[in-house]
This record gives sequence, structure tokens and C-alpha cells, in this order.
Amino acid sequence: MATPAAAEPGGSSSRDAPRARDTYVFDIAEGRRGAAINRLCASFKDEHNRRDFLSDEEAYCGRFDLTDEQRRAILDRDWVGMLDLGASIFYTFKLAQVDKRSMQYLGGVFTGMTEEEFGSLMVSGGRRFG
Amino acid sequence: MAEIIWGLATSHVPSIGAAMDYGKTEDAYWKPLFEGYAPAREWMAEHRPDVAVIIYNDHANAIDLDVVPTFAIGTGERFEVADEGWGRRQVPPVIGHPPLSEHLITRLVDDEFDITMLHDLDVDHGLTVPLSVYCPQPGASWPCRVVPLLVNVIQYPQPTAARCLKLGEALGRAIRSFPRDIKVAVFGTGGMSHQLAGARAGLINTRFDRMFLEKIETDPTSLAALSREQYVDQAGSEGIELIMWLVMRGALGDGLTRIHDTYHVPASNTAAALALFAVTDSGTPSAPMRSTLRR
Repeated sequence: MATPAAAEPGGSSSRDAPRARDTYVFDIAEGRRGAAINRLCASFKDEHNRRDFLSDEEAYCGRFDLTDEQRRAILDRDWVGMLDLGASIFYTFKLAQVDKRSMQYLGGVFTGMTEEEFGSLMVSGGRRFG
Repeated sequence: MAEIIWGLATSHVPSIGAAMDYGKTEDAYWKPLFEGYAPAREWMAEHRPDVAVIIYNDHANAIDLDVVPTFAIGTGERFEVADEGWGRRQVPPVIGHPPLSEHLITRLVDDEFDITMLHDLDVDHGLTVPLSVYCPQPGASWPCRVVPLLVNVIQYPQPTAARCLKLGEALGRAIRSFPRDIKVAVFGTGGMSHQLAGARAGLINTRFDRMFLEKIETDPTSLAALSREQYVDQAGSEGIELIMWLVMRGALGDGLTRIHDTYHVPASNTAAALALFAVTDSGTPSAPMRSTLRR
């Protein structure tokens, strides 16, 4: 993992998410860039927020300072897109849970597999690198 | 004076808690893991601490975007179980030990570890799953009080492994200087190898995990010498949680005996492990039990 590049002052929506060997690095600049998505997902700690979101997702998104791209990624459940736009998996997993989606489902999305394929791969010992 | 009687290293994967909460521990998927726990649970049930100091990380629940302490200790009388976005785990509330929390914070700050104080804290699966690993059926209340010690492992820069080991050494001194005759257990939680997101999602590194399980006992200094980049590269972006085992290890000191360990893949997307160590330099040494770890 390389040390993340220094963030430009104020951040930039075109800044690529820092990665190291196919790994997101949730650093300070990413925290700032993804703050609105993460704040929305964090709000699901309250049950009434989960209900409000499910009853009108677009209106709920309007409560947060999302960019158009970020709003689209949430409404489309673009799980890779959310991470590319600064979100952290610990936040977006709360959105996945609102949808009753598992971490194996997300693992499949991230690696181009079905949930079942990903789950079977884990049972057979997981994915090995290096 | 307070005495540290044992240390437990354990994964804290939410689905391990869910397997217990929803009666799935006999399912083929979960049975090997829970069978692996059994000897350690038996031993711990015969060696009950008064207080558990549990080193864990919060997962976007009590600690969110606004304040990210590197190291923090909960000071409360009581810690509610967090709703993490899918309802609260149906487990008892966690009862604190405010005088010990206050003592630890004071001693650690005097020892130049500038600890954040958390006066109001809901605890998430990072703390409650290890409690369930220790005590699967608590009934109406957990069998010990708890002092939570939180480490930032989620946002870069996490503390270094070396700093975590030193914090553990200072924590050990702080616990042993608490002027009450209580028995304390120290939990180091998280790990082992796993990566939740990105193209390396599903990463498991058994060779690294086996090495870590061995050296956490025999050579923690070599684990403290690994950079955070090496942890992420070898154990995955979430495998860096293993630095929290080093806090526990530092607190135990040099006189320790491995009671039991177990390693299983997978628990959800994670390599799960448990390692239990008795502290032998300040009490009656305990006979080690069979290890499931092949060396």
C-alpha cells in the first residue's frame, strides 16, 4: 500500500479514490469527499430514518449535500460507484442492510460474481493474492 | 492490587454474533468455528474476571465522521447496545467500571498516551461479539463489568502496530496499579485476514494468519515492526484490525501460557480465530489444553 497522495486543498470531485493494490484507502481526503454519502448511510442507525428513506428515496437524498453523481450512485445502488466517490464500506453496508443485502452479495458485486459464487469461494478458503 | 488473569484474542465478525442470536451454531457452516471455541469457553468459565478491558474498534456507530479518536476509553456506568442499522442485538447492556476507566485514563495520560474520553458510548458488534465469544449465554446480564478501549482502524492513518504494543504495555502497568483486589481479563479483538471492498474483496491469507497466531505469543515485537501498509497488503484493508491484538498482548507481559487457539475460514468474508492466554507470572500457572493450531 502506497502512502496516499496528499489531497489538494478543498478536495476535488475528479480526484481518483486512493488505492493500493486494488484496495481503497479511506483517508482524510476521502472522508471529506464522501462525507455526504457516509452521513446519509450513518443516518440509518435510526429506524425512523430507514423507514423515511424507503418510503421516498429521492426526497430523503435531498436532505444531504450529495453531488448529482453521489445521489445517482445511491439511487442506482451502484456499490462500486459509491466507494469511488469517497464512501466507506462501513457506511455503505448500512444501506445494503436496508436492502437486506449481505456482505457476500457486496463481495460478489465487487468481484463480478453472484452472491452464491462469492459465498462458495469463501467457504473453499477465500481468495488468495501474492 | 488488580491482577490481569488472562488475555483473549478473537475475531469480532457481526455474523458470529448473529449465528448465536439466531441459533445457527449447529449448522454445518458455523459448527467448526463454535467447536473450536468450546475448550476456551470452558476454561474461561472456570476463570471469571471481575472486569474485562475490551480493545475494539467502532464501525461507524458511536464514532462517525465528525470525531475520530486514535485511542479512546469509555468512562460510563453503562453502555447501551448500538442499533447499527439493522436493529439492536438482543444481548444485555454492558455495565462499566467508572473507577477503573478513570484510573486507566489518568495513568495512560501520565504515561504519555493521550486518550480520548468517551463519556457517552453505545457499543457495537466489535465489543458485543467478543463478549458472546467469551460468554455465549449471559442471561439477563454479562458475567463481568467492561471497560471499552477503542482504536481507530478504519480511517488512515491508523496508529502503528508498534504504538499499539507500547499502549498495551502501558495499559498493563495501569491495570496492575489499580488499588483494588480485582481480576481483570484483556480482550484484543478483530481480524484475522479479510478485505470487504474493492477488487481484492474476499482476500484470505492463511499463511500470514498462522504466522501471526504463533508470533502474537512468541514474538510480538516482530509483529509490531510491520508497517500499516504491510498489514493492509498482507491481511487486507480490514485485516489491519490485528493491530488491536498487540494492545492485548502488550498488557499481558512476558509470563504467559497459551491455553487454546482455533482458526477457521470463513466467518462471513473473514478468517476467524481465537487465541487464549493465561497470565502465569502473577498467579497459579494453568495447564495448557490441546491446541488446534498446527505448527
